[in-house]
Amino acid sequence: MDWLTSFIQDLQLSGPALWHGLSITLKVVISATIGGVLIGTLLALMRLSSIKVFNIFAKGYVNLFRSIPLLLVLMWFYFAVPFIYTGITGNYLTIDTALVSSIVAFMLFEAAYFSEIVRAGIQSIPKGQTSAAYALGMSYSQSMRLIILPQAFRKMTPLLLQQTIILFQDSTMVYAIGLLDFFRTNYVRGDLMSLLTQYIIFAGLVYFTISMIATYAVKKLQRRLSV
Amino acid sequence: MTDAKTMIDLQNVSKWYKDFQVLTDCTTQIKQGEVVVVCGPSGSGKSTLIKTVNGLEPFQSGQILVDGISINDAKTDLNKLRSRVGMVFQHFELFPHLSITENLTIAQVKVLGRSEAEAKQKGLAYLERVGLSAHANKYPAQLSGGQQQRVAIARALSMDPIAMLFDEPTSALDPEMINEVLDVMVGLAKEGMTMMCVTHEMGFARQVADRVIFMDQGKIVEDCTKDEFFNTPRGERAQQFLNKILH
Repeated sequence: MDWLTSFIQDLQLSGPALWHGLSITLKVVISATIGGVLIGTLLALMRLSSIKVFNIFAKGYVNLFRSIPLLLVLMWFYFAVPFIYTGITGNYLTIDTALVSSIVAFMLFEAAYFSEIVRAGIQSIPKGQTSAAYALGMSYSQSMRLIILPQAFRKMTPLLLQQTIILFQDSTMVYAIGLLDFFRTNYVRGDLMSLLTQYIIFAGLVYFTISMIATYAVKKLQRRLSV
Repeated sequence: MTDAKTMIDLQNVSKWYKDFQVLTDCTTQIKQGEVVVVCGPSGSGKSTLIKTVNGLEPFQSGQILVDGISINDAKTDLNKLRSRVGMVFQHFELFPHLSITENLTIAQVKVLGRSEAEAKQKGLAYLERVGLSAHANKYPAQLSGGQQQRVAIARALSMDPIAMLFDEPTSALDPEMINEVLDVMVGLAKEGMTMMCVTHEMGFARQVADRVIFMDQGKIVEDCTKDEFFNTPRGERAQQFLNKILH
């Protein structure tokens, strides 16, 4: 069991770096979820609106992001955005490009998926609820904000969280642009110390455990919300 | 009653769904304090007609004036007009994510700009009026259908409406719950509320209606006083309908 003891010994040294990696992963997942839900809700409202321009834009957006690989979006933001920024302003980007472009890419990509969930959620609320809100004199935005969206989100929460769990796993793709998230930290350390197999198995176990616990929690929440 | 002012004035209202005409030249007036029952076979357009009165259903030709304000004028603040007309729906449409008290106050606060305290006081007063004070902190799903409909009436009344529209308020209720809702409506009618009610409850019509409108195939076929409608021979279609519904 020499391979295990040497790994555990090294884990004590790499612990802080792994924690940091995990915090980067969570930062990407949480920001992308919040931003994605906000943009997704906006897209869903545009998609359901009777104004044609909004309609076409939202439809085009969803179709575009569903038709290109996530990896490509990620790279596009990492390479193209700083390039365009420098081209326009003449300055170099001083932000952490890898982190910011990861967050932006995931946010925009997930927005396409979240918008479909939100749209279904809004459509699941009986039309009479909107009529009742209007009959009381509410405007479109009041009826959405106060009556329809709160009910829709309650119904959608399990689905949105399920999508977030998928995002949590997909976030390992930031590997491609060199962001030191949890997975890449494991990989780099394992490679350096010739413990690659152990670190990759360990990383897999951590992703598995977190996803399992989260899925279980969502199922429980779903049961509570449906009562 | 003849010198009272006209509250709801429908002039030649027509509506089409694509090629299908659902309302044809509907013209009638409802005066302040009048109770008008609209009846007719299903599919006759009575629900559509009542929904045009507060602009929930658009229509293509004709005009509707509510308290002298045109519903289909682009300059009309439709939200404001709607806030002055109460509506009660077949399926109650209480907001399930809000408590009964919140259901009663939300539009008062957000639409009329009343303070929380004022809205609550008003809402709870109407809740007491419909006999449901004990349920103020419950949620709609915890109430029976009849109770939910009474809350819906209280919610509409809390806005201090100039008229009330009822769209089949008892059709979705179990028989034993119909009367508790009708009692509230009878009380309102006796207090002089202007009411337009789409309903099959002919007992209610006999008791408090001033006029009865009978619709068939999108047209107003009869528009007469209650006594004329129930006592003198009617047109054939209305007579058939009455025979079916009164036995």
